[in-house]
Amino acid sequence: MVTPETIKSKLERILPTVQKPGRYTGGELNQVVKSWENISTRVALVFPDIYDLGMSNLGLAILYDLVNKRDDALAERAYTPNPDMELAMRQAGIPLYSLETMHPLSDFDIIGFSLPYETLYTNTINALDLAGIPLFSAERTEIDPLVIAGGHAAFNPEPMHAFIDAFVIGEGEDVIQEIIDVYKGWKGCGAPRRELLRALSRLWGVYVPALYEAHYLADGTFSRIEKLEEEAPLPILKRIVPILPPPPTRFIVPYIETVHNRIPVEIMRGCTRGCRFCHAGMITRPVRERPVEEVVDALEDALESTGFEEIGLLSLSSSDYTNIVDLVNAVAKRFSGKHLGISLPSLRIESMSVDLMDALKGNRHGGFTLAPEAATERMREIINKPVSTQQLLDVAREIYSHGWTTIKLYFMIGHPSETLEDVQAIADLCKAVLAEGQKVIGGRAKVNAGVSTFVPKPHTPFQWVPCDTREQVLAKQALLRRVLDHKNIKFSWVKPEDTMLEAWLSRGDRRMAEVIYLAWKKGAKFDAWGDKLNYSAWMDAFAAVGLDPAFYTHRPRQLDENFPWDHISSSVRKKFLTEDFMWSLRGKIRIDCRQRCFACGVLPTFSDLRRETPADAWKCPEVKRRTVIPVETVASPE
Amino acid sequence: MRFTGHLDLHRTWERTFRRAGLPIAYSQGFHPQPRINLAAALPLGFTSECELADVWLETEVPVEKVKESLDTAVPPGLIVTGVEIINQHAPTLQTQVVASEYFVTLLDSTQDLDKRIESIIGSADLHRERRGKDYDLRPLILDMHRLPDDEEGRSRISMKLAAEPGATGRPEEVLGQMDITPEAAKVHRKRIIFGVQGEGQSRAGT
Repeated sequence: MVTPETIKSKLERILPTVQKPGRYTGGELNQVVKSWENISTRVALVFPDIYDLGMSNLGLAILYDLVNKRDDALAERAYTPNPDMELAMRQAGIPLYSLETMHPLSDFDIIGFSLPYETLYTNTINALDLAGIPLFSAERTEIDPLVIAGGHAAFNPEPMHAFIDAFVIGEGEDVIQEIIDVYKGWKGCGAPRRELLRALSRLWGVYVPALYEAHYLADGTFSRIEKLEEEAPLPILKRIVPILPPPPTRFIVPYIETVHNRIPVEIMRGCTRGCRFCHAGMITRPVRERPVEEVVDALEDALESTGFEEIGLLSLSSSDYTNIVDLVNAVAKRFSGKHLGISLPSLRIESMSVDLMDALKGNRHGGFTLAPEAATERMREIINKPVSTQQLLDVAREIYSHGWTTIKLYFMIGHPSETLEDVQAIADLCKAVLAEGQKVIGGRAKVNAGVSTFVPKPHTPFQWVPCDTREQVLAKQALLRRVLDHKNIKFSWVKPEDTMLEAWLSRGDRRMAEVIYLAWKKGAKFDAWGDKLNYSAWMDAFAAVGLDPAFYTHRPRQLDENFPWDHISSSVRKKFLTEDFMWSLRGKIRIDCRQRCFACGVLPTFSDLRRETPADAWKCPEVKRRTVIPVETVASPE
Repeated sequence: MRFTGHLDLHRTWERTFRRAGLPIAYSQGFHPQPRINLAAALPLGFTSECELADVWLETEVPVEKVKESLDTAVPPGLIVTGVEIINQHAPTLQTQVVASEYFVTLLDSTQDLDKRIESIIGSADLHRERRGKDYDLRPLILDMHRLPDDEEGRSRISMKLAAEPGATGRPEEVLGQMDITPEAAKVHRKRIIFGVQGEGQSRAGT
């Protein structure tokens, strides 16, 4: 048996030989080490990519904090080792272990994977393999850990259904506690594993794939999901927390450099804009904001306990936060003279104000990012990001006049009905923005154009549309490279192979599980790292399973087609998504739903919850209270 | 902690001072940097008990207060052994370092260890290649001798190696010369030797 002691002594020899050994030691400030022997339920939280990325994942940091606050449970961390370390571990017989106490993952009760995006799937399987845990859910027995997963990608859980025992759909803060309670009740009571899965499936927000079977039509499209047990819920409704709980503040402080080495505080969850390509915007409704005071107090606590020199005020659309200028000013005032960097990602062009730029002026390094996503007004109407070109140029000019020298512009190619003229317009717009900068600051003005490729996502109004083919993408990128040749414009793009992989997996069905498994067998891992993507392993896997990758990516779907993820409810209804898709075909825009409710489905789904929640806690309108007249007042007293 | 590189250690000290609530001074300019100077970079994987840092504070804080505040704020693996105030105009630490003394513990038993040491000491020159450059290791070895074995019976060696700009002796190179792979040894820095009277404003040991 492998013990923490044997792992530690083997690591002594291995760590000096690998790159960045600080990824594999744990022991950082603020890590929580509890008594292994005295705690009944042990949870390993795994980000299936390297430490440097995983340490910046806020979702896992929240769960780590919440689980460790319980007296009867502990949470420890694990990340996928870099290939050099993985090789060394496999050669030395070291299984994947937790950083806090160096226990093998197979010693834990619950393994929780974070799956924010699809390209982590092969790494997830690889992590299970490195941990010596049976890869397939069906092969696990009572002595194996419960393997759960959550995150945005879990909204289409089907491609990973074979490997994960239970998915958390939606927000994890409350349901993680319930999962631990259910596990605790089951552990040691001698009931079979199936009983545990049944009990979990009764929790709001938990999906247990083993309790369902998928059926397909003769043409290969999805037909329906069938419950295998009477009590299995259908549809499976996502979990939400009615009010955002206080944010965590005791963040672990890594000794080594990580991707986002800063204090992340989520100021708002959800987005009211309704961009049609945006997965997050559809699945994280309703919009809930944290009060300014709560954010500032949390920052104060976090700065004291971590010493970080940068903070990130996070949300999907920070300039839409109701009191954004107040917030930034309050932060600047409270922490003035502390040499604190403030980063405020995801600013909308139309809600950017001069006031906000004034407030952010102290933090000018790193460039200012705007995401028009498309370069023609026609195209922006189709994707429902309606901002005029003039508005964009005005904002750009203000940014340059406020002292920034670089503007980063994010675009996507491959939007529905896009033509080469729309692509050409990206280059024209970049040059127009640069020209604004040159008027203000001359030759110092720069533009970074990041052009990614659109991948249609489930649960969005674009879930029906085909993705561009590799050839289309290559032609569009070649055009951009040709016309964006300017010394002050930096152009970056995504390789079409990376896009294809994300596209297969995003709208995949249960049959994709075998493709993922075989691709991993053939060496696919770290698919999210462009340079490590093993495209031929994926193509071979498709061929071996007898599936056509184009079926998942390039096929236009019928409006009445049933989708493999339809039984997962994000609370936004398919009828609404269909209507919105039809609107997009006519270029009809939908305004910010803070102005007007479009009945997407959130309110009827959560009407009871809405009634119990204070009016200003959600940006959705209030739901009328049912007028129930208590019997006592009707009956006349004797 | 011992796998924290030089730049990351710098960052770790900055955060420690921030947590301690000590008003660390920052450089002027577009990218203000905390004014912390570490005496000599400690290679990845080494431990030490003698690291020195000069740290500038914006305001005067009594040394006892600095020590106390740091004690509550250091992360696991760092211990502050002493703090003293130095003259603002004292030369920088890096320019005063002339040598480092290392205690090396060998994880595997090594045959003829004494002979291997003698052979190194007795050589007139030891030509080695590092990053494509040929150099003579021998003059960088100022002293080298065996220490008593540790409680687990593992052999230990003391090495005093030059540490001047352009002439730095590395324990792993000396081990390489003795046919011992670096991962089969644990290296601990025992002492940093200064040429002129060296004093750190804040002295800390790992």
